[in-house]
Amino acid sequence: MAVAETEITRKVVERASSGARTKDLLFRASLLLCLFVAVLFLGVLIVDVAIDGVPLITPDFLTNFPSRLFPEDSGIRPALIGTLYLMLLCAAFIVPIGVAAAVYLEEYADPNRWYNRLIEVNIQNLASVPSVVYGILGLAFIVRGPIDIWGLGEGSPTLLAGALTLGLLVLPVVIIVSREAIRAVPPSIREGSLALGATKWQTIWKMVLPGSVAGIATGVILALSRAIGETAPLILVGAIAFRLTDPTIDGQFSALPIAIFQAAGEPRPEFQILAAGAIVVLLAVLLLMNSVAIFLRNRYEQKW
Amino acid sequence: MESTRAETGASERPGVSASAGLPKALPAVDKRDPSATKQEAIFSLTGVQVAYGGIPAVEDVTFDLVKNEITAFIGPSGCGKSTLLRCLNRMNDLIPSASVSGKVLYHDQDLYAPDIDPVQVRKRIGMVFQKPNPFPKSIYENIAFGPRVLGMKGDMDEIVETALRKGALWDEVKDRLKTNAFGMSGGQQQRLCIARTMAVEPDVILMDEPCSALDPISTGAIEELMLDLKRNYSIVIVTHNMQQAARVSDRTAFYNVDKLEAGKRVGKLVEFAATEKIFTAPDDKRTEEYVTGKFG
Repeated sequence: MAVAETEITRKVVERASSGARTKDLLFRASLLLCLFVAVLFLGVLIVDVAIDGVPLITPDFLTNFPSRLFPEDSGIRPALIGTLYLMLLCAAFIVPIGVAAAVYLEEYADPNRWYNRLIEVNIQNLASVPSVVYGILGLAFIVRGPIDIWGLGEGSPTLLAGALTLGLLVLPVVIIVSREAIRAVPPSIREGSLALGATKWQTIWKMVLPGSVAGIATGVILALSRAIGETAPLILVGAIAFRLTDPTIDGQFSALPIAIFQAAGEPRPEFQILAAGAIVVLLAVLLLMNSVAIFLRNRYEQKW
Repeated sequence: MESTRAETGASERPGVSASAGLPKALPAVDKRDPSATKQEAIFSLTGVQVAYGGIPAVEDVTFDLVKNEITAFIGPSGCGKSTLLRCLNRMNDLIPSASVSGKVLYHDQDLYAPDIDPVQVRKRIGMVFQKPNPFPKSIYENIAFGPRVLGMKGDMDEIVETALRKGALWDEVKDRLKTNAFGMSGGQQQRLCIARTMAVEPDVILMDEPCSALDPISTGAIEELMLDLKRNYSIVIVTHNMQQAARVSDRTAFYNVDKLEAGKRVGKLVEFAATEKIFTAPDDKRTEEYVTGKFG
């Protein structure tokens, strides 16, 4: 009797063969391995930089000007201030333009028109154009071109020019992320507002944008954290590593990636190591920005 | 022109020949309920056709809707009843490919005249949707939004309270006006949406299957509310629920789907009459089959 029952059970649910189980395990192990490789290299990089860089981080390192003679006195003050200025100016430039462009594309543009489709495809493409190309654009049109406001003859390699160039670089990202955030606001909310007699503008300003602000803010911060590490465009628009005064908006400037680039190219090892310190500072600023983005998303994201 | 037609009723139809865009091959049959024309009409439709991208979704709609009544639109899926409802407050404008032809008169005013601003239309003709769509704000802000954007004068607290009382919601929420509307039950959310519509003091409330996402008890609460509201408002309700139409409405419009050649379908108004007549002694055989549950 008991034997017959077992046979029936076997017919109904077949036992997994050991071969299938091994395959499953192998597959999982290989996935884990891939993840491990990715994380390992990042980890090694961070640990290596931290070992060299963290001991350098002293108040003096942050507040001193760079020095070519005494590595122990050399600091990153102009680069750090330059980077903070760049980020603030860049944000002031990309937020209104990026959000307005996203609102147009999501709320007003008729996707059946060829020019709107062309714009859309181009924004996708612009987001993947190499940053050095933006650097050349900035050099030609912002530093030397019609926007050469200060008319210094050979161009105006100013902090403002650097911020505008970085802004152009990340603007497509801001537009794409803002569009996604705007699209996440359900159409029923727009209908509800319009059905009450609100105008389209009131609906966008009071319903759609407040509903997408967390997504937009997250996108802007992530775009800025891409801009903060860009080196090539800043080299092209004339950022200089060796400044002995604080940067001003309409004057020449330095930035952290430039300071890292310059220090890493030094022939003397006692100066080379300064790059590690600057990298730690840059990473710290970057992580801080990303944590703000995560906090904003978790705290203010609208669940529909 | 409109007053002439209201007096002469179904016998004479000066409006049809004048209306543009009505296919000549399809002479519109006047579905006006003769008894309706004696009362004050809020809406008067003549040969209305709504098309998406040039393909008609519903056509041949001619009737008058009476003030302070509840009119129900019933019919099988795809018969265009929601489409027609949305053309009564120009919500169809939000769909770029939608076009309306024929005459839609609201208090003798052509809603589709070039100088009519759809925003102004929607101020007078409110809408409640199938799925409750409260704004992601507090209960108070949900009500206050409309009056604020319309720049209505008066004490906002008072406006909010009045609207919530009209929505039969005040007693349930008066202690938590500042809490998020998303925390309410589905039925409460829908009554909030009705109250929100009431806060801007419209003339007409269009309801697009307002109870289809609700449980029977919430549905009962909303039907009771509608019967209460019709003293001061005119209501048009689209419903899939025939019992609901029978319970609340004064007049019923039955729409059906006409199958054309090449698999095309178009909605048509079949019969428009007092609700009692539609459900007990309809003139059209299709109406009878639908209300007795033979199809749909």
